[in-house]
Amino acid sequence: MPEYQKHEHDVLVIGAGGAGLRAAIEAAHSGASVGLICKSLLGKAHTVMAEGGVAAALANVDDRDNWKVHFADTMRGGQYLNNWRMAELHAKEAPDRVRELEAWGTVFDRTPDGRILQRNFGGHKYPRLAHVGDRTGLEMIRTLQDYATYQPIDVHMECTIVSLLKDGNRIAGALGYDRERGRFKLFSAKAVVLATGGVGRAFSVTSNSWEYTGDGHALAYNAGAALQDMEFVQFHPTGMVWPPSVRGILVTEGVRGEGGILVNREGRRFMFDDIPENYRNQTADNEEEGWRYTQGDKNARRPPELLTRDHVARAIIKEVREGRGSPHGGVFLDISWIRSKLSNAEEHIKKKLPSMYHQFKQLADIDITKEPMEVGPTTHYVMGGVRVDGDTQMSTLPGLFAAGEVGAGLHGANRLGGNSLSDLLVFGMRAGKYAAEFAGRQATPRVDTQQADEVVRVALEPFNRQGGGEGPYQVEHDLQTMMQELVGIVRRDDEIRRALDALKTLRERARKVSVTGNREYNPGWHTALDLQNLLTVSEIVARAAMERKESRGGHFRDDFPDKDPGHAKFNIVVRRGPGGEVQLTREPIPEMPEHLKRIIEENK
Amino acid sequence: MTAAKNSLASSIVESGQRAALRSDTSAGTDTRSATFRVWRGSGGAGQLQDYSTKVSEGMVVLDAIHQIQAEAASDLAVRWNCKAGKCGSCSAEINGMPRLLCMTRLSELNLNEPVTVEPMRAFPPVKDLVTDVSSNFRAKKRIRRFTPRPPDAPDGTWRMQQADVDRVQEFRKCIECFLCQDVCHVLRDHHLHEQFVGPRLLVHAAQLEMHPLDVLDRTGDLKESHGIGYCNITKCCTKVCPENITITDNAIIPLKERVIDTQYDPLAKLIRLVRGKSGKREAGRGKRDGGRGNAAS
Repeated sequence: MPEYQKHEHDVLVIGAGGAGLRAAIEAAHSGASVGLICKSLLGKAHTVMAEGGVAAALANVDDRDNWKVHFADTMRGGQYLNNWRMAELHAKEAPDRVRELEAWGTVFDRTPDGRILQRNFGGHKYPRLAHVGDRTGLEMIRTLQDYATYQPIDVHMECTIVSLLKDGNRIAGALGYDRERGRFKLFSAKAVVLATGGVGRAFSVTSNSWEYTGDGHALAYNAGAALQDMEFVQFHPTGMVWPPSVRGILVTEGVRGEGGILVNREGRRFMFDDIPENYRNQTADNEEEGWRYTQGDKNARRPPELLTRDHVARAIIKEVREGRGSPHGGVFLDISWIRSKLSNAEEHIKKKLPSMYHQFKQLADIDITKEPMEVGPTTHYVMGGVRVDGDTQMSTLPGLFAAGEVGAGLHGANRLGGNSLSDLLVFGMRAGKYAAEFAGRQATPRVDTQQADEVVRVALEPFNRQGGGEGPYQVEHDLQTMMQELVGIVRRDDEIRRALDALKTLRERARKVSVTGNREYNPGWHTALDLQNLLTVSEIVARAAMERKESRGGHFRDDFPDKDPGHAKFNIVVRRGPGGEVQLTREPIPEMPEHLKRIIEENK
Repeated sequence: MTAAKNSLASSIVESGQRAALRSDTSAGTDTRSATFRVWRGSGGAGQLQDYSTKVSEGMVVLDAIHQIQAEAASDLAVRWNCKAGKCGSCSAEINGMPRLLCMTRLSELNLNEPVTVEPMRAFPPVKDLVTDVSSNFRAKKRIRRFTPRPPDAPDGTWRMQQADVDRVQEFRKCIECFLCQDVCHVLRDHHLHEQFVGPRLLVHAAQLEMHPLDVLDRTGDLKESHGIGYCNITKCCTKVCPENITITDNAIIPLKERVIDTQYDPLAKLIRLVRGKSGKREAGRGKRDGGRGNAAS
């Protein structure tokens, strides 16, 4: 019989990045007793990596901005697969959530008249991203962390959840282990909020940290909740490509927002070559106009470098595939050229993009004020996730909520830069609020220790196979390489089929992995457990990708290169079948109300 | 395209190719092996153990540690997250120097000798390279929270000039890697964790004290319970900060001046009693230290 450390909370929040912290704060404000699970130390979650800013129609820099324009931009960027209710709430509430951060201590960059400064970003019509240089995520997570420090929240650091627990058909809690000693923790909770982030570690070139193993996606799926839009993975157009050890590290879109341009090895600014029809009216048709836009000229249209991420990533891939890439298989991203426009360019770049300057100087010996960077696409974000109610963020499993990247709906087929930091504030807050409300209506659930015992037995198996099978790292590595190659930016039916075959073999291998040592802070063991989630989400991504026989947003099919209007009418929803198989259904997108349709028409 | 644009574009490409070429040759770590002497152990007990692994261009010490995990020691414990110098998780001591594993390139180390990798020594060891840094989180709770003045505008917002937030933004760059705590002799050698909050938390206090919106006065706490007097400004913390925050000069010394002005100067103390924090600000300001701001008063 395993021994458990037992904890009881009204609301258990799993994940302590921006969404989890905001949810925990809100639940605590509502009077619920709150437990907050961090996979790492508090304040280290992936939100620290967000660079460019948080999107909110504050209209501080351009007074033509308002929630309606933000809503229309988000829907257009998501190719209209978005949950329109979430897009509406998000656009309306983001300004309040950003102002609230200022009241909690965030120090955003300022406009000349002392208000919060906003910058241009891909797909946003007006300068909309409140920011702090290029370290906005760090500023936000620190603000939330510091604020939460003084709230009645029980923080469980370096704790990983391996399974949700149910009482009949409702949520009852979760089972996890603490990293330091490997002790099992049994959490009883009336409501659970998933805020675990994404699935980026399923791919080999990624901007995501080791934590991003699709835990929340797999936890929800295994517990019977529905997922949706899992075919939509965002490959950020600009990750570092050289040297090899830093491949995939993010280069903020803010570089392009500040005037950075993309150039191929022939010196051609190739982004002007292919501007999609639905963005033509909003895009500059010459370089001079693009530059004026980045410098705040309200009459100029944005340069094509600031088109949506899916489009820019594919344009880069095309240059590389057709032999016009940079020496290490990317293209050039150049901000140093603004020296010909600004007398204080060097200082300006260091002020606006300090961590990019630092990152390239230290990791690649490149001075970005003097030389171009080499960049290429990197796995960045998953639009898909737990299917939720737009208002409350509750999943299809009563008592289970999801917010931030692990939730789905807001971004549709493609997320706009800056919309994830606002997403986690708006829907983190809503998830916390409604989880607390839900918990208030419930009696304490019964936690079935038999369920927990079985989870523990399986979790400890890698130790019992000591010396038997291979280690977990090789299997993880092979999975990532396979997914990158076969279910990456460009997909084809035959390749996805090969991926599904490969997943079967990898699953067999994973079943046999063994780990050495004991349960104390043992990364081999942790990887063996995370591997299960990676396998689960990889199969779901592959199957959803096979089902969507068109190209849209983050999902590009070489064998179906065009958008198909018929595919615009549904989301692909994924559930775990009775035999453990992945079940896919096409669920129609509800009809948008007239007032929202009108907003979209007015902003065409 | 005009001729001018052509020349700009071609100079971008040329300069990019030059940079690529340089990065290919400058690393000086073409495929060969290096030895890493890594601390292994749990609790207090342990020893340094040698691991040999292949090194390739551009590698950082964290890459080597990961390779060792994959090849020879799957249970080798190390904290890391972002691998881009932004989260401050992978703090350790490399050849005796407190550094981030992810930002220390092998090309800057002498690989003819074993590279020693040890945990931060100022914190209780957990296992291998992982230490118990929880004291830092507890210390933060002791510093009184951010407390803003009433909003400046009817819509609940404030007005601050960029020049007034520059200093605070410097402090808020902190990634909480705790390397400054590791190198601070008050904590490392004298173990005064309960009496002295350490440089990281003094930077935290400084950003609160110099925050243009904050109205609390923490100088009494700094003197009495945060132990600012223990710092004798040897500046070791500033030297190891991976974010290049000028911890001693910009944060600790101005705080010490404020403490002296408000806690030891009877006139200033009287003003403070009468006027609250703004009185302290007047007294403590001397030079521009970010503490001004167009206070609502």
